[in-house]
Formats: sequence, structure tokens, C-alpha cells
Amino acid sequence: MATSAGAVKAAPWNDPSARPYVEVLRVSKSFGDFKAVDDVSLKIYKGEIFCLLGASGCGKTTLLRMLGGFETPSSGRIFIDGEDMTGVPPYERPVNMMFQSYALFPHMTVEQNVAFGLKQDRVPRPQIAERVATMLDLVKLSGFAKRKPHQLSGGQKQRVALARSLVKRPKLLLLDEPLGALDKKLREHTQFELISLQDQLGVTFVVVTHDQEEAMTLASRIGVMNYGEIVQAGTPSEIYEFPSSKFVADFVGSVNIFEGKLIEDEPEYVRIASEELGGTIYVSHGISAAPEAVVWAAVRPEKVFMSTAQPEGSDNVVRGAVQDIAYLGDLSIYLVKLATGKVVRVTQPNTSRHAEAITWDQQVYLTWDPSSPVVVTR
Amino acid sequence: MNYRRSYFIVTCIAFGFAFLYVPILSMVVFSFNASKLVTVWDSANSPTLKWYYSLLHNEEILDAAWISLKVAVINASGSVILGTLAGFGLGRFTKFRGRFMLNAMTTAPLVMPEVITGLSLLLLFVALEQTIGWPAGRGITTMTIGHMTFSMAYVTVVVQSRLASFDRALEEAAMDLGARPLKVFFVITLPIILPAILSGWLLAFTLSWDDLVISSFTSGPGSSTLPMVVFSKVRLGVSPEINVLATLTIGVVTLMIVGVSFWMARASRLEKAAA
Amino acid sequence: MKTTPHLRRFGITGRGLVVALPYLWLLLFFVVPFVIVLKISFSDIDLAIPPYKPLLEWIGKYSLAIKLNFNNYVFLFTDSLYLNAMLNSVKVAFISTLLCLLIGYPMAYGIARSKPSTRNILLLLVILPFWTSLLLRVYAWIGLLKANGVINNLLIWSGAIHEPLTMLYTPFAMYVGIVYSYLPFMILPLYANLEKMDWTLLEAAEDLGCRPYQAFYKITLPLSRNGMLAGSMLVFIPAVGEFVIPALLGGPNALMIGRVLWDEFFSNRAWPVASAVAILLLVILVPFMMWYQSVQARESAGAR
Repeated sequence: MATSAGAVKAAPWNDPSARPYVEVLRVSKSFGDFKAVDDVSLKIYKGEIFCLLGASGCGKTTLLRMLGGFETPSSGRIFIDGEDMTGVPPYERPVNMMFQSYALFPHMTVEQNVAFGLKQDRVPRPQIAERVATMLDLVKLSGFAKRKPHQLSGGQKQRVALARSLVKRPKLLLLDEPLGALDKKLREHTQFELISLQDQLGVTFVVVTHDQEEAMTLASRIGVMNYGEIVQAGTPSEIYEFPSSKFVADFVGSVNIFEGKLIEDEPEYVRIASEELGGTIYVSHGISAAPEAVVWAAVRPEKVFMSTAQPEGSDNVVRGAVQDIAYLGDLSIYLVKLATGKVVRVTQPNTSRHAEAITWDQQVYLTWDPSSPVVVTR
Repeated sequence: MNYRRSYFIVTCIAFGFAFLYVPILSMVVFSFNASKLVTVWDSANSPTLKWYYSLLHNEEILDAAWISLKVAVINASGSVILGTLAGFGLGRFTKFRGRFMLNAMTTAPLVMPEVITGLSLLLLFVALEQTIGWPAGRGITTMTIGHMTFSMAYVTVVVQSRLASFDRALEEAAMDLGARPLKVFFVITLPIILPAILSGWLLAFTLSWDDLVISSFTSGPGSSTLPMVVFSKVRLGVSPEINVLATLTIGVVTLMIVGVSFWMARASRLEKAAA
Repeated sequence: MKTTPHLRRFGITGRGLVVALPYLWLLLFFVVPFVIVLKISFSDIDLAIPPYKPLLEWIGKYSLAIKLNFNNYVFLFTDSLYLNAMLNSVKVAFISTLLCLLIGYPMAYGIARSKPSTRNILLLLVILPFWTSLLLRVYAWIGLLKANGVINNLLIWSGAIHEPLTMLYTPFAMYVGIVYSYLPFMILPLYANLEKMDWTLLEAAEDLGCRPYQAFYKITLPLSRNGMLAGSMLVFIPAVGEFVIPALLGGPNALMIGRVLWDEFFSNRAWPVASAVAILLLVILVPFMMWYQSVQARESAGAR
């Protein structure tokens, strides 16, 4: 969860009178018969880090490229800071992009790379030198000014690419899979650096990624994409705790989904009979669905309690046998097979060293809080 | 990768290279042979440099070499311009009117027998002369035009294949930072593909320098190129001066290629050291 | 690419300008000549400069007569010289292509499988002859093959034979010359294709029980098909119309169509007949050229 300053803390997306900084209005893009982006509308606010999250081929990169001016929408409009930028080419947009491959000019030094954009704007020489030096300082590459790209490590190249795209103080910075090429430790470190940088400079970021962990860490809001559409947009916690569909529930984090029929539908609670589960699910909030409808209840693995003693009540309880255990150090993942054949995923933190160890084939009871399941209708 | 050495393959390679190089080496060896018969070694008077002396004072050959040089340089420079434009167009623009045609026109000369190209060019020049009065007779101009027409096809292929392995993101990044397309070409693309363009220049130069058939069709009185002179001499049999010419040519080419390889290896070593 | 809006009104785009120059050049100096060759192949021969009669003639004030003389073509098909030359050229080119394939494939394969450091040297060695004049290298074979040439002298000196072998001015010499000259054109595309091959496929095959030779036959060979085709086209098509090698090594009996065209043109001054020969040669070769184009397109599509 990003901790960017100012406007973002006030959650402008919940304020109907707030003016969006970037507005995507019913944008579609087709390549021949293939519809890469399908009727997407988005409002992005100033100072946000907005992440487009999805699998390969979902259209997120195409959408990003349309924001950058490298593709023109087949239909729809794009507004940046109030101006219609739909057909404007990249060299006339106040938008800069950080490419996945970094795209550093191999025949220029780090300094020349970073200065390139300023030269195109005909900024006077002394000013260029000053701004480049400041930027390199900010990304901690001051001593590397005279080096050439092939003499840099992956992480250093990325910082040069970042410096190059930020030195022009763009209204919008687009990042295409910024952390994909880095190893895990570097990735974590860079994630926090990116957030800090964005906070300092106040630039609005739009990030494309397929890594949901990355999205969850960086984003002030996430737009989950599938088949060219935005299936849900919201803060990371909204997306995680209140997914709007099976797809989103399954895509972000792991989840257990039980299919069932609504047998009781009241304003304060619903009861679902699930054959998959072999029992009933009691959810302590109301939902809007047709009576007797087929719904799905999604329960996150960390919200499932596992014990050898039978808990009270008949709702939200089920018995099963531990089929598999994966020990991950800080937590363990248990796969529990129910009598119906369904496998439920349970995660438990390894809070004490000598806890009552649950082993393979052990009979266990699974239960969860009535507020935990999220009911989705599609 | 498992670098398995197969004896069969090694033998094939050895024989193959022997096949390629024995004739070349024999020419070099016999250029020092005093005998006019070239291949009959005159051990009493050999090795000698007398044929070298005679070649370098042969007016006919020197004049022809000069003409060949002029044509080759103009051809290479012109072909590089045409070929880079065509290579860029075919390599970068996915669709444009006449793409199929341009593609066909730049690949056909690569395989077409030279007698056909030569004949057709000559007939064109004759027809042009008849209708509009230019070119007035054939000579260096017509030869250069002829050479450029087929050399540019080779340059196109070289440039096109270099652009294929070129990261488009570099051009997009430059545009993103504010450079217009024309500027992107001159400041980003061109410097990076420059080695390919230079090798295209060298290729066009060599093709023109060595060309016989098209030159014969498109040349006029007094504009005989070196290959044309060599051919007329060689039709009559062996000639020691030709051996000398061959040795000199091979020497120059070898020095050039070895020099370029060393220079490139040195450049990459320096880059690695600076890292 | 975008250009200023006012130029766009005339349909001139930046892109258009870029391709216009080479396009127009080639149109004028490559395509138009063929049309002229076609036209002249239908004219009569004339003792004039140029040695052909014009196709169009004014008869009276307002009528134009076009005289299409098909005689040249009839002549080509009825005179055995041309038919034989054509068939012989195709035959020689075909056999030479096969020989280049047989010699070139192992070489390309060996180079592709060698260590990167050796590979560069080997490639350099293949390319070096390519940069030296073809004419001179063919000339070298004259010195090697003639009656008192190097090979004969060596054989006689070693006592293997007593009389010099007649090698020069025979079909044998011509084959040697063509294979020798075109070998690099076979090796390089083959190498380019083999170099991209995933050698772990062979390891997988052997792991599954294939012997090395079977693996080659079933995996390497089919995957190198495009390389073989490209190399074959690069040898076959120009070899059909080859002139220099038959002229220098083949002797008077080496009947190749390229030579026939040259003689018709320069010695007999029969431009219309030469043009007809050229057209016929084109007609035969264009299908192969189109095949080559499609192989190249397939190869680049696969690489992408």
C-alpha cells in the first residue's frame, strides 16, 4: 500500500467533485480482428501510483502505450490534465515512459542519455547540466555520469532509465514492467525507492505489471485487466478483500472459492448451501442477487482456521484430511482435502517453534469467521 | 553446448577450405615465377619481382584500375544512400503502397544472372539516347548507373537485416523524450546502424570493382574497367601479370579484413576493461 | 512518420518520400529495361545503329502500325543450338547446386557447431575468397587445370601419369569452376540457418534413444530446410545464366545460355535474338526467384 503524500491520502477517487488528472474515456483498440482494449474508462488522480495488473495479453501494455502516444485508440478519447491528447504523438506529450528493456541509447553516456530529453526541449546548456546532476544524485548514480550503458548493471541501467524519464518533470510517468528484470531482493528494495521518489517529485505514475505482489506494494489503486477490459479498479485492500468477481478473487492472491446456491437471502446475512463444500456458508452481510441464484463464496487461505478439535456451529465448518504441506519459513501452506474431493488451501503463520504440529493425513476441522467470505455473483 | 568433434566433419572442413584456398595460393606462388609460362617453374631465375615491376608500369592496366576506382567509389556512395532508404522503408514501415514491388525489385538483382541485367540496361540507355538524347553514348556514367542498380539491392539487404535486430524501444524512447521522427533517425538510429552501413559501402565497392558482365554491357569506348582488361587478357590464356594482380588484390583484401577484425576485437576488449 | 499538414494535402508523407527515391530509381533502371528488352525481342534485326528496326511505324498521316515479329522466338525454339544451350544450362546449374550442397553442408554444419572463437576465424576464411575477384579466382583454375598446369605437372613429376590429362576446356573444368565460385553462396545462408538451431533438441532426441546419425536425419536436416533452399536458389538461379566461367574454363563446346546471349549480342550483333533469349531465360527463372522470395519470407517470419 503506497504511502504517497497529499491528495492521495484523501482518496480523491471517492470524491465525486475531484477532477481526474488523467481520464481514459471509453477507449478501445483493435489490431485487425483482435480487440486488445475493449471500452475502457478510467479516472486517475494527480499524485497517484496507478497499477494496471493483468496476465500477458490482457491489453494492459496496449493501454499504456496509448497513454504514451505510441498507439492511437480505435475509438474513445484520452485526456491528460484537462487536454484532449488522443491523437497527439509521443514527442508532443507531457508524458514520459520508462521502457521494460530500459532502451538506453548505447552510443551515449549516462549523462547524455539523461540530458537527451532536455536537449530536445532546447533547455539552455547550463540548466541541463544542473538538472542532470540533480537527477543523477537523486537516483544515486552521481559517479556514473561518463559511463556507457553496457558498463552498467541491470539495477543501475534501470535507475538511468528512471532518471532520464523523470528529468523532464513530466505530468505523467508510464512504467512498463519496471521491476521484471530484477532479482527478488533488488526488486523489493527498488519498490520502496520508486515509492519514495514518486513521493518526493509528486509525479503521477501509471505502472503496468503482471506481478500482483508488485502491484499491491506500489499502487495507490489497482486496475485489474482481463481480455482488454478493466474488471475492477480500487485500492489494493479493496481488490483483495472485496473482489467483484471470481476472476479478480483468484487473480490477486490465492483464494478458496465454493460454488453454491442462495438458500437464505436477508439484508443482514445470507446463507449458501454448497455441494462442493459439503455444508452451508453463513455470511454476515447482505448481498444483491436473485433468489435461488448460483453464487460463489470466496474465502482467503489466511482467514481459514484449522484445528483438530471440532468447533461449534454448523455453518462455516467442514472436515478434511491434510493432503500436502509446504513450509515457507514465515508461514506454512496446507492443502486439505474435503470429503467432497475439493481441496482447500489454508495458510498459517508459524508463530511458535514447537506448536502442535499438524502432519500429513491428519483429520482436521476448518472454520472461518462469518465476515470473512466474499460472495461474488460472477 | 556440447562441442563434439566429429572426424568426418573436421575432414570435410579441411578439404573444403583446401579446395577454396589452393587456387588462391597457387596464384600467389606463381606470381614470383620468372617464366612467362607461369605454371612451369623456372628455378634458375625465380623467385623474382620482375612481373610486379612490369604490372605497375602497365599503362593499360593502370588506366583501367583508375576508372574502376572512380566507378566503385561513386557507386558505393550512391548505393549506400539508396540502399539505406530502401532498407529503412522495408524494415520499418509495415505497410505502404508499392511495398511488394519495392521488395521484389530489391531482391531480384541478388539472384538474377548478370547477362540479363546487363543487356537490359544497355538497351535502356540506347532507347533513352534515341528518345531524349541522354546519355550521349556509354561510358563511366552509364556504368555507374548500372552498378548502382544492382549494388543497392545488396545494401538494402544488409540494412534491412540490421534494422530487424534493432530494438525499436530505442526509437520510441527518443520520441517519447521529445525528438521528432527525422531527428530520431539521425541522432539515434543512424549512429547505431552505422557499422552495417559501412559494411554495405564496402560490399558495394567490391561488387563494382570486380564486376565484369554489367560493365561490359554498359561501358563505352575508352572506359574499360580493370576486370574488362583482365578478361581480355585471360581469354588468351595465363599471364604472369595477372598473377601479380591477383596477389596484390588478395593481399589488400586480407590486410583489410584482418585489420578490421583486429580493430573490432580491440574495441570490444577496451569496452570490457572499462566496465 | 508524420509530416506537416500542408504537405499531407498533396498525399506526400514522410514515409512516402523515404521510399520514393529507391522505388523510382529501380523502376526506371531495373523494371523499364525489361519492358524494352521485351519490345526489342519482337523487332527485326537491322544493319543500323542501333541494330534493330523500330516497332511502331507511321504509315501515312494518321495510322500507326505495330510490327510484332515473332520470328526471333520461333528461331529460338526451332534452332537446336538454343534449346540445347538452355537445357544444358539448367542441367549444369542443377548438378552444380547439388555438388555445392554436398560440399557446403558439412562445412556450414562444422562451422555452426564449433566454438565461438574458432567460428569467427572459419567464417572469415569463408568470406575472404568472396571479397577477392571472381574473375581472378576462376583464372587461377586455368593455371591449375591446363596441360602444363600445376596439377598435371605435379602428377607427372610424381610419376602417377605419363601424359598430361585434358582438364581445361572440358565440362569437368566448368563444373569445378562453378562449384568453386558459388560455394560461399551456399555456405553462408546454410550457416545462418544452422546457427539459430537449438542444439539441445539433438540432446533430447539422443536422450530418447536416437543415434547421432538418426538425430541428424530426423531433426537437423528438416530444420535446416530453409537454409538449404535459400543457398540452392542463390547458386542455381545465377548459375543458369553464368557467362564468365563457361567462357574461361568451358571451351568452345561448353554450351551455356549466358554465353550464347553474349555471343549473340556482341559477336553477331543480333540484338533482337539476344533479347528473345533474355526473355526466355527470365521466364524460366522467375518462378525460382519467387520461390526464393517466399523461402526468405518464411525464414524471417520464423525468426520473429
